[in-house]
Amino acid sequence: MSSPELDVRYVANLARIDLSDAEITQFQSQLGRVLEYVEQLNQVDVSQVEPTAHANDVTNVFRVDEARHGLDKKAALQNAPRQVNGLVSVTKVIE
Amino acid sequence: MEIFDLSVAELQAKLRAKELSPVDALDALESRIAAVDPKVGAYLSRDLEAARVEAAQADVNLPLGGVPIGIKDVINVLGQPCTAASKILEPFRSPYNATVINKLRAAGAVPFGRLNMDEFAMGSSTENSAFHPTHNPWDLSRIPGGSSGGSAAAVAAREAFATLGSDTGGSIRQPAALCGCVGLKPTYGRVSRYGLIAFASSLDQIGPFARTTRDCGLLLNALSGRDPMDSTSLDQPVDDYTSLLGRDLKGVKLGIPKEYFVDGMDTQVRASVEAAIKQCESLGAELVEISLPHTEFAVGVYYIIATAEASANLARFDGVRYGHRADAPKDLLDHYKRTREEGFGSEVKRRIILGTYVLSSGYYDAYYLRAQKVRTLIRQDFTAAFEKCDALICPTSPDLAFKIGERTDDPLRMYLADIFTIAANLAGICGLSVPCGFGEKDGVKLPIGLQFLGKPFDEARLLQIADAYEQSTDWHKAAPAL
Repeated sequence: MSSPELDVRYVANLARIDLSDAEITQFQSQLGRVLEYVEQLNQVDVSQVEPTAHANDVTNVFRVDEARHGLDKKAALQNAPRQVNGLVSVTKVIE
Repeated sequence: MEIFDLSVAELQAKLRAKELSPVDALDALESRIAAVDPKVGAYLSRDLEAARVEAAQADVNLPLGGVPIGIKDVINVLGQPCTAASKILEPFRSPYNATVINKLRAAGAVPFGRLNMDEFAMGSSTENSAFHPTHNPWDLSRIPGGSSGGSAAAVAAREAFATLGSDTGGSIRQPAALCGCVGLKPTYGRVSRYGLIAFASSLDQIGPFARTTRDCGLLLNALSGRDPMDSTSLDQPVDDYTSLLGRDLKGVKLGIPKEYFVDGMDTQVRASVEAAIKQCESLGAELVEISLPHTEFAVGVYYIIATAEASANLARFDGVRYGHRADAPKDLLDHYKRTREEGFGSEVKRRIILGTYVLSSGYYDAYYLRAQKVRTLIRQDFTAAFEKCDALICPTSPDLAFKIGERTDDPLRMYLADIFTIAANLAGICGLSVPCGFGEKDGVKLPIGLQFLGKPFDEARLLQIADAYEQSTDWHKAAPAL
């Protein structure tokens, strides 16, 4: 059974992933079953419960604001699939 | 005894006595890997020459001096590949070291080899590696567990003395159980995640695999501590994690969570774990039955929170700054979509889709926010339980290692393999799996793991308890025939 709400094609576009028609059909049914499974969370009364974002009760962790060396240009560029004149080359965005 | 059979502690003793050199240790591993890794498939790559240079200079008097440590292929080591077992990172070379690598080296250890895993640590079987599966050393037709399957299989197959893995929902403890070694997931915030490729940032934690609990303690000594580069690493005192080892269990209260002994779990697993609990009692532990009432919701909460965080973390793989890039894109949208289609495997795509969906407009409150609230209840279950006991004792995995291919078409069934390990990540507590016996499938012996779960930052106690059990048995000494 597939979830009536989940539209895999639409969400794949949001996530910027091309999927084949076969993958869309397969994910629709597999993820439909997963979503059906997580429906069980609706049994829990959470009206008086605060959410947990992560397990440690710390917020706003700062470090001293001082300049430090990061990656040099060569190291920063070494993995870029396309580069021009020491810069990362990006696929054209403006006509 | 062969060199590759030594524990880390035994190897150290021989290195310090000059009976062996660090290069001898490395060579012993290399010939073992050459002999058995074509069957096991634990390693994705290794750089023997670079490791030899390091080994030759190692100071054996340092805490891990001269000990080679295998690294899951999700932790950056300067100049080495770091693929996360994904095609999208196949061309990548790390431009920096993870903090854990700097810490291992400061302790004298020699990082050696890149270990196989499920792609981006998403999986429970290591079948999701884009390169090749890893085989369970006890039965090559079966999975080693996952996602750190290479790290577990290498230790079990004597292709490494100890390794690093990462655990987001059980990815250290479950493969340790299925391969018959010891695997430790530290408390969230105990070990820096800087340089670990992020899967689910509120759950991920790096930890060690080894053949003994003591060895895991030795590694944790080196790995622990606050790191300014990871703001979620906490400034908690770092204990000597071997200081409590060797004691019995008198005065220790062990909680048995009744929800972790469910119908449908393998009967051999149940029998072994129940025998292990009796053994702990005979060593002096007091047993108390406790309840973690929200256990049944842990898998559901996990697959919402982990996929939501993953969908955000994996947005960085865009084919611009690093990794695979699609050929001749017609525009930027086409560039992103084809790069990610070609680079990611099926399970990663599936989880990105699910995570994007649960965060999308109109569904956030129903899924993500609700899951975060149930996460609070799961965490409170553990807080309440630890008021009644020092640690929990339970199975690591409900099943023995399953056959390669058996569950690949059924993601939900695969997700349920993590049912006993996931809650610890949601609660942020520490946990460990230690061998507690063998079951049998098709006439072949398969390891069973016993899980201990401990209070936050109470790893010293967790290791003490596991060591007391382990040293009263011979299970950890068994080696697969390869």
